Amino acid sequence: PTDQTSIALFLCHPLHWPSLPAQRKYMRSPPIPEMATQEVQLNETLAHLKTESETLKTKLEEERAKLHDVELHQVAEKVEALGQFVMKTRRTLKGHGNKVLCMDWCKDKRRIVSSSQDGKVIVWDAFTTNKEHAVTMPCTWVMACAYAPSGCAVACGGLDNKCSVYPLSLDKNENLAAKKKSVAMHTNYLSACSFTNSDMQILTSSGDGTCALWDVESGQLLQSFHGHAADVLCLDLAPSETGNTFVSGGCDKKANVWDMRSGQCIQSFETHESDINSVRYYPSGDAFASGSDDATCRLYDLRADREVAIYSKESIIFGVSSVDFSLSGRLLFGGYNDYTINVWDVLKGTRVSILFGHENRVSTLRVSPDGTAFCTGSWDHTLRIWA
Amino acid sequence: MTSNSNLSNMRRLVEQLKLEASVERIKVSQAAAELQLYCLQNAGKDALLVGVPTGSNPFREPRSCTVV
Repeated sequence: PTDQTSIALFLCHPLHWPSLPAQRKYMRSPPIPEMATQEVQLNETLAHLKTESETLKTKLEEERAKLHDVELHQVAEKVEALGQFVMKTRRTLKGHGNKVLCMDWCKDKRRIVSSSQDGKVIVWDAFTTNKEHAVTMPCTWVMACAYAPSGCAVACGGLDNKCSVYPLSLDKNENLAAKKKSVAMHTNYLSACSFTNSDMQILTSSGDGTCALWDVESGQLLQSFHGHAADVLCLDLAPSETGNTFVSGGCDKKANVWDMRSGQCIQSFETHESDINSVRYYPSGDAFASGSDDATCRLYDLRADREVAIYSKESIIFGVSSVDFSLSGRLLFGGYNDYTINVWDVLKGTRVSILFGHENRVSTLRVSPDGTAFCTGSWDHTLRIWA
Repeated sequence: MTSNSNLSNMRRLVEQLKLEASVERIKVSQAAAELQLYCLQNAGKDALLVGVPTGSNPFREPRSCTVV
């Protein structure tokens, strides 16, 4: 189990679904013999629904299987194989006092925000490795952080069950904590957060099993997303050209695709054998990759509505904590709990490179906005820029 | 009554499955071809894939260098 899973178990609240109106038909107060009959009726309806759901699940698998005429790597056989890769650590960012849990790039392709187990959130200039801002959160295990599209604010949260936004000041002496704005409130830890296309809305996922969309200015809940049966660990927004959807992954081994406006889950994929720690859209928006504690990464095509590739090797037995694509989608980078980064040829399904350097688990990995480098964060307290 | 909430949950599950079953799908061969096309069309711009001319990747330059 990932460390996040251990935290979840430690903090476990029973999940409660939002309360639904009672089934009035069955709630009239009857004499006792009638009660027994109604109990029987309820059980029959329940059994009927169970059968219907089993039938639908089978039908879903059959429909998906009908279109499974070929494997992705077979289609890609004629594509030229990739050459040798020279990718090295180009910068090491030192300054966190404990495990780095999350990081995000600024749209300016040089600044980075990172968050740590010790409660610190740091903004770095990755070119120079200088620290530009630092904030100490009131909680430890800041599992999520994100840069605002404007570059003028960062969001973060973790064991405090909240997502807070800090406007970044040009004055480096200014106390950032003073301007902090609490935006999201969950009933369990915050596992991931992301601004949408603007600084005005934030999407969050939580150990409470839900995702939610919030208005930053008012802190109002705009939409909530229910459907995961356990902690939600990760989320990713579809590229803006593709419309208003996002994907989430959870401890229930499911990856769900959601309609942001309606709150509806529109597609669901359950092929992983353990927690899904990371999900990331393919650059065209037509597919997404996932990384799991089952030591595999997988690719799901949204229009074929199924898994189309598995990236795994018998020698890789440690969980994947985080995944991201290169700019063209040809390469998939995975950060693993065995301290390495594996680079996969997305089309052919083969591993093209393995990168060493970190001295503990890789916990977070993101490719820069223009695809010139990628950054990893690790339990070894450092971040590395690779190119 | 917990059986009532079980009932509502089951009803919701059935509705959700109906929705998922009704999704329009294309063949994997077509989906795969389009994923591949996207990769190949954008390969030239992918610095981590093909590399970029020396000097134009700021991360590959050591910090202390100045470009004359």
